[in-house]
Amino acid sequence: MSKRDRALGWTLLLGLLAAVPVFIQSGRWIDFLELTLFVAVMGQGWNILGGYGGQYSFGHALFFGTGAYIQALLQFKLGWSPWVTLWFAIAGAVLVGCAVGYLSFRYGLRGSYFALITLAFAEAFHVLARSLISVTEGGRGVQLPLNQDPGQAVASFQFTFANPFLQSYGFYYTVLFLFVLACAATWLMERSRFGAQLVAVRENEEAAEALGINAFRIKMGSICLSAAITASAGVYYVQKFLFVDPGIAYGPGKSVEALFAPIIGGLGTVLGPLLGSAFIHIVGETSKEAIGHFVGDRPGLDLILFGIMLLLVLGYMPRGLVGLLETAWMRLRADKDGPNA
Amino acid sequence: MELLGIEIPVFSWQTVLGSAVSGVFLGAIYALVALGLTLIYGVLHIINFAHGSLLMLAMYMVYFLWQHLGMDPYLAMLVVAPGGFVFGYLLQRGVIGRISHGKDEIILLATLGISIVIENAALFLFSADEKSVQVPYDLDGIDLGVTYVVYPQIAALGGCLMITAALWLFMARTDTGRAIRAVAKERQGARLVGINVEHIFAISFGIGTACVAAAASLLAPTYAVHPQFGYLFVLIAFTVVVLGGMGSFTGALLGGLIIGVTEQLGRLYLGESLGLITISAIFILILLFRPTGLFGQRLSQ
Repeated sequence: MSKRDRALGWTLLLGLLAAVPVFIQSGRWIDFLELTLFVAVMGQGWNILGGYGGQYSFGHALFFGTGAYIQALLQFKLGWSPWVTLWFAIAGAVLVGCAVGYLSFRYGLRGSYFALITLAFAEAFHVLARSLISVTEGGRGVQLPLNQDPGQAVASFQFTFANPFLQSYGFYYTVLFLFVLACAATWLMERSRFGAQLVAVRENEEAAEALGINAFRIKMGSICLSAAITASAGVYYVQKFLFVDPGIAYGPGKSVEALFAPIIGGLGTVLGPLLGSAFIHIVGETSKEAIGHFVGDRPGLDLILFGIMLLLVLGYMPRGLVGLLETAWMRLRADKDGPNA
Repeated sequence: MELLGIEIPVFSWQTVLGSAVSGVFLGAIYALVALGLTLIYGVLHIINFAHGSLLMLAMYMVYFLWQHLGMDPYLAMLVVAPGGFVFGYLLQRGVIGRISHGKDEIILLATLGISIVIENAALFLFSADEKSVQVPYDLDGIDLGVTYVVYPQIAALGGCLMITAALWLFMARTDTGRAIRAVAKERQGARLVGINVEHIFAISFGIGTACVAAAASLLAPTYAVHPQFGYLFVLIAFTVVVLGGMGSFTGALLGGLIIGVTEQLGRLYLGESLGLITISAIFILILLFRPTGLFGQRLSQ
């Protein structure tokens, strides 16, 4: 795909997403788009470390949960403004990322070992969030008070009682903004020296080091950026649902959600997480409608399908949906330009 | 007593010993679950993330055999262990081996994908309710003075020792065992002398699954099963395997006992909830400082 095609595609996509209120009024569809973008943001966070850096984390809930808990607790306990706490939330997650990264990379943990240690850290934080009741409120979770003053909707980062437009689209634009930010960061990284070095480390760490790349530093940078993006999804989650508990924050669910989208969409691509997230959620919703019709509303069906899709992509589509799209595009171009082009 | 500002309670030696003894029995259960995992790691050099889900699935099979046919959970081992072998063999041959193209990171993600499918299939088919097998003897036991041990715990410890011994004998004495060890040591060399490596991989995966199915029938009288049951055990089983050294049976046995005792003491001193952190803490420390484990051979990473 040429540079111009790519730029055109992105402009079209983002323009469409920004103009959504013009042609979608149904709350259900807005929720669906919000969920898709939310998972895409988490997926982009995972993608930076897993897709570009080749370090597969099985515990990305660690960053999501830390961001969410700091965002919730600073408001709940100290009454700080959400616009202040969000910086602490992101900084806190980056700090956790630094600590986990330092320990794992300093001691040379790679591949499966890295996956296991991230999982263990997420589980340790899960236990801590449940047990340190005086700090985290324990298993009951943190419930933020609902702000009922429409004049303070923006100041309190809550849109339940805001004007009709913010009420319907406030969080949609919040998560869209985060998504654009995450993609911009990924795109800039991809084109930078740092991004190239990160990919070099993924492909062959020894060779990269032999070329003078400081693999440790590169991986540290990648885990910090990844943690920051994933934590921003945690901030959004807390503001949207005004609630967080140890299971939501540090349970295996979020860690798994974060890795589905980029792997199915296409590892190490800017567009992958969004494509993957959109695809799995479309399949999930459709199947729920179709099969739920016969067996009633039972949980688990969507994740069965996500798991099967993951296996199929791993086995037969190593470049994910992005790869599929690129091949289709090339064929289309080749047909149009004629056989001699 | 106070340590780092945290109040640490003081207990009599009987209480501490009692905790440690019940930790040994708990550890036997952990070792039981970890045996299959360590075998699969030792031969295929893969981390089988689906191990916990396979345990959960086997627990459901034991439960259904008991509920519909009234079969005793221990007797059910004769059905679920061979069933587990066949299932594991097919899983490796038909799914994991086929899609992984021999790449380690894909195998890891593939087993994660399989565990998600199995876990949610159980949720979809059997609902999130806890199911437990009722046996008449589940509360009978022996009073050891410092603690009370029920028969199912004793059976788990005995079963664990027997399965370890059986696995060891199988690996040491049979031709298949020898072939498995050959493949574990040197894949290419084994292929050159005419061993069907794919078949041996699947056999190992099958035996590992049969072990976890046997573990399920030994756990059934003590634990209620639900779709997330495997997740509770998978991290513990990994800890045991890493602590004992990946691929070592005696390591898994001793690792299980160490983890069991540590967990019980952790619960005693830090409380029911925070005590669980001892497992994650041991896991992280072992991964960082001694990734080869206590009894493992040097890994070539």
